[in-house]
Amino acid sequence: MILAIDTSAGTTVAVVDRDRGVLAERTETDTRRHAEVVGTLIESALAGAGVVPTDLSAVVAGVGPGPYTGLRVGIVAARAFAFGIGRPCLAVASHDAVAFERLSTGAGGSGSVATPSGRLDAPLVVVTDARRREVAWTAYRGLDADGLPVPLDGPTLARPAELDGVLGEAAAWPRTDPDDTAVSAAALGMLAERLFEHGREFAGPAPLYLREPDVTVSAGPKPVGR
Amino acid sequence: MTPTRASSASTAPSEPLVLGIETSCDETGVGIVRGTTLLANVISSSMDEHARYGGVVPEVAARAHLDAMQPALEAALAEAGVTLDELDAIAVTSGPGLAGALMVGVGAAKALALATGTPLYAVNHLVGHVGADVLRDDDSEIELPTIALLVSGGHTSLLHVRDLVDDVELLGETIDDAAGEAFDKVARLLGLPYPGGPQIDRVAVDGDPAAIRFPRGLTLPKDLVKHRYDFSFSGLKTAVARWVERRRDEGGAVPVADVAASFREAVADVLITKALAACADLGVPRLLLGGGVVANARVRELAHERCAAAGVELRVPPLSLCTDNGAMIAALGAQLVARGHAPSPLDFGADSTLPVTSVFVA
Ligand SMILES: [Zn+2]
Repeated sequence: MILAIDTSAGTTVAVVDRDRGVLAERTETDTRRHAEVVGTLIESALAGAGVVPTDLSAVVAGVGPGPYTGLRVGIVAARAFAFGIGRPCLAVASHDAVAFERLSTGAGGSGSVATPSGRLDAPLVVVTDARRREVAWTAYRGLDADGLPVPLDGPTLARPAELDGVLGEAAAWPRTDPDDTAVSAAALGMLAERLFEHGREFAGPAPLYLREPDVTVSAGPKPVGR
Repeated sequence: MTPTRASSASTAPSEPLVLGIETSCDETGVGIVRGTTLLANVISSSMDEHARYGGVVPEVAARAHLDAMQPALEAALAEAGVTLDELDAIAVTSGPGLAGALMVGVGAAKALALATGTPLYAVNHLVGHVGADVLRDDDSEIELPTIALLVSGGHTSLLHVRDLVDDVELLGETIDDAAGEAFDKVARLLGLPYPGGPQIDRVAVDGDPAAIRFPRGLTLPKDLVKHRYDFSFSGLKTAVARWVERRRDEGGAVPVADVAASFREAVADVLITKALAACADLGVPRLLLGGGVVANARVRELAHERCAAAGVELRVPPLSLCTDNGAMIAALGAQLVARGHAPSPLDFGADSTLPVTSVFVA
């Protein structure tokens, strides 16, 4: 059983189980209240699933990309919760959860899955808002034979007008609307269960910031005049 | 509030074991106390990463808090020799401070509290500085009421503390730069590295504090009407810049030691003068210092001299408890638990301007 937390867009928390599926999911879409709601959503998801913290076998964090201030709240909460129950904290790219949800019928999506030969026939470009008039995108070839998303390129930042140019062959693929692409903690959690089941690698623990910190190095003291 | 999280005075432990988390600026602090006894004080600073910018960069600080949080928690528990399930409460800085930095601590504290079923208290950073005084190992108890002067790179505040957990009043604060910021800016002007406080202190040793008469902000009679206990350091910083420029324009060498000593004297003078004015006006013969600027030798020296002359008892917590740290947050949390206060509701946020009248979020 896994507790999944993602704050790459709004705040979403879920409790999932490999065999029993999604036990509870709680979401706040407001993109500026992560610190306020993360606790109550965790508490409510656990209660809704009827589990206590020590029933969990792991915690998974969505590591973005997403606006940093909010993104960090979910990651630090996932790490601290895992530390608190002495279980591992896993990391999954938030875009992978979107692709998994949209492409996998098993996760409630309507897309197609890989054919028995493993041919990838449902490409998708996940595009989310990155603020400052940019979007973050990851291109997926589809799902593999285990039902796991296969990333082709990204995550990368781009200006919306430049997206077609940078996507290459993926420019013709379906894409998600950056104004309407929510991340589901239930999908994040089920994806983590499936990655674990098939012995796949998880993402690195660091947030996918995609930008250096916004700083202006001082050019030294300016004359103040007199 | 669920009944299980409520506590009452009758069942409150008198020596509660509390873990405190502090992330309001550039120090990731995790401290553990048992009542008024310090068990661990782990601080992970991102100061070096800010050095090339000459000041704290909020995004750099927030990224560092995320990286440092779990190692700091592990180190503090090991240092204290306690386990998470022994904790009576967790306390976290809710504000004031840098919003993005505060949020890392708030997110961690909420998740840790829920994972371990531990009550959580969201506390005020400034009052935490006052709370640090209860951790002194000389057993001399903090006497109240007291005036508290809290000076760092992030704040310059004068408080009237009548009761640590429920009666704190803000008398005044800086209306522009924090005193620590002024040290950083003047150090840069003199070609000294960041952080400026220790550098100014170092070169000022050989200087004459009376060489240059720099202005004391908000001390003229007309300013005292409205800003009796407020501070202003931006005019001082500009005055130093003008003085140095004029000297350079005239082709003369800048007497760095004299400028540093005279600047430091102006800051220390105005800080201690206003703090002692509050002591006299309010009839409170006690002054408590807190914040990183307490590390400044001249500020401490002048405080000792003038307090002795004025018959005011001076208290200065150990330096490791004056700079931002988690132990002071834990200490304030322990006072709240011991007094039977209920934990904070779980939906508190990071409040970058949390007033000192909110000692904790109730
Ligand atoms: Zn401070």
